Amino acid sequence: MGLELLNIFILLLLVVTALAALRVRDLITAAAVFGVYSFLMCLLWAEMGAVDVAFTEATVGAGVSTVVLVATIFNLKRKSND
Amino acid sequence: MFEDGAIINELLIERLNYFIYVVLLLIGLHAMIAKRNLIKKLIGMSIFQTAIILFYVSISVKNEATIPIYKAEHDPHGAASKAAAIELNSTNSGKPLYAPTELQSSETQQYANPLPHVLMLTAIVVGVATLGLALALCLRIQQGYGTVEEDELLVKLERSDARYSLSPLAKAISSRRRPARNSRNPRATGKSSSTPKRSPGYGKNLGSTKASKPSTAKTKTTQANKNPNSVNRKPGTTSAKIGTKKSLPPKKTSIKPAGKTSPQQKKGTE
Amino acid sequence: MKWISLIPVFSVGALLLFAAKDFPEWGDPHSPASQSPVSSHFINNTGVDTEVPNMVTAVLADYRGFDTMFETVVVFIAGIAVLAILKGSGRRPRGRHRSYKLEAEPDLIVTYTVRLVVPVIQLFAFYVLAHGHVSPGGGFQGGVVMGASFILIALAWDLDHALVRMSLPRCMVIAAVGIIIYAGIGFLSMFMGGEFLDYAELERLLPVSREMARYYAILGVEIGVGFTVASIMFALYANLSSEGRLKGGL
Repeated sequence: MGLELLNIFILLLLVVTALAALRVRDLITAAAVFGVYSFLMCLLWAEMGAVDVAFTEATVGAGVSTVVLVATIFNLKRKSND
Repeated sequence: MFEDGAIINELLIERLNYFIYVVLLLIGLHAMIAKRNLIKKLIGMSIFQTAIILFYVSISVKNEATIPIYKAEHDPHGAASKAAAIELNSTNSGKPLYAPTELQSSETQQYANPLPHVLMLTAIVVGVATLGLALALCLRIQQGYGTVEEDELLVKLERSDARYSLSPLAKAISSRRRPARNSRNPRATGKSSSTPKRSPGYGKNLGSTKASKPSTAKTKTTQANKNPNSVNRKPGTTSAKIGTKKSLPPKKTSIKPAGKTSPQQKKGTE
Repeated sequence: MKWISLIPVFSVGALLLFAAKDFPEWGDPHSPASQSPVSSHFINNTGVDTEVPNMVTAVLADYRGFDTMFETVVVFIAGIAVLAILKGSGRRPRGRHRSYKLEAEPDLIVTYTVRLVVPVIQLFAFYVLAHGHVSPGGGFQGGVVMGASFILIALAWDLDHALVRMSLPRCMVIAAVGIIIYAGIGFLSMFMGGEFLDYAELERLLPVSREMARYYAILGVEIGVGFTVASIMFALYANLSSEGRLKGGL
């Protein structure tokens, strides 16, 4: 039951972070929130037994892709119009 | 199926994962369609992608199953396997030292399905590679057009289309004179940021450049006088910049914060 | 205008939810996906065929080796494409760049921490790569961790500092070497009389049984994948953070 509660909690938090990442106008914040989203996804997959996928997502999604996004946004305009 | 509460129970309690996968997929899809910023579109694309990966991983889940790595009793190099092999070895010396055995179908249920994991593992890595490629394209668009906002981009693209559908003479000149990068096209940046809507903005731009033409065109070549529209093409050159500085002082000031202070802002955040 | 996009979004959502109703029970071990002969075969026979305890690694590098090889090629092509798009397109390094150098003295605490942490990260990357047979991990994860260590160097000092250790031509050569290792193992098993990527035929080169030949060939293949992924991840960061100028960076 505890695991199910964790599952539900992560799933709801995923929706919240996904909406937040697309809602904020500061793109650096969006990238950071997207990193949080990736890490929650990683937790969810680890909880579902897909350890390899979770490991890959932790390194790739939460690590490298966030860094690459931030590195790109530094060279672009930081504010977005929507 | 459709009685009161049944579908709620179906979707929200028993299959929350499937429901959330649909929700995330829709969030990503909506972002890809409706967001105007290209970086936001890419974040939406990544959310779409992870939603589909979530779906695949959800498929592979089995109740009472562990991760797809062999437990100690099934491990081909584990102690149990080794003990069995040594036992086997003492009775029959012809056999190899280790003899891992095939799992029975009842034991198959103890492990989660590894196949979706494998498919998604490579998809994640390829996803970040394609994300990097898309970001590189965004950088290039920023260099070429000075913006990654889709509506401003459309205005600029339309204007450059209009620029190229002029008379053959103007076309030849524009192809010769066209700078490799029009990122420092200050007039274009300022105008489009002041008028984000596409079609009215375009009309307004044409009007304003025509109105400003007589002051600028006299300082320049006679071809500009032949083609009223070809003034649009000129601002890339340095002489036009000097001309516009005199003729359009308010526009110029409105441009400067957008175009020129951004490096300093970047420096500040660094 | 924006609301028009909700029409396709909600129609797709309605269709997907309509389909989600017919999905098998959550975690049902008798669902079609779990009952399929392919995945059952993988679960039952991986230990016998390859002696690799981690089924995901075995399926990734052995049973589906062809797929993984071209996924690696896709990563490589993406790296080359980023290079081709951004090469020479950056703005000229004018005053901004020079003032940046004066301003950004690397922070002492950060550089000391990174100096301590980077060897550990790289060791962990090798561990993940080599231990992927018996624990979660493998070429992709180890490669990404390895590339992240170089990205960390570039973040703590600046890009030049990291490019001294891992210049971009070297990056690309290493990435190509990774693919050559992968394809080379495939062709080697072909020359030994099997099919492409049929590692069992390598038993004639290695003094081990057929199963252990597959075990070691999987390790070799993972090393190739790790090379490619590590260098491409760093090349992606180096190009994107500096707009292809490969100077200064963030």
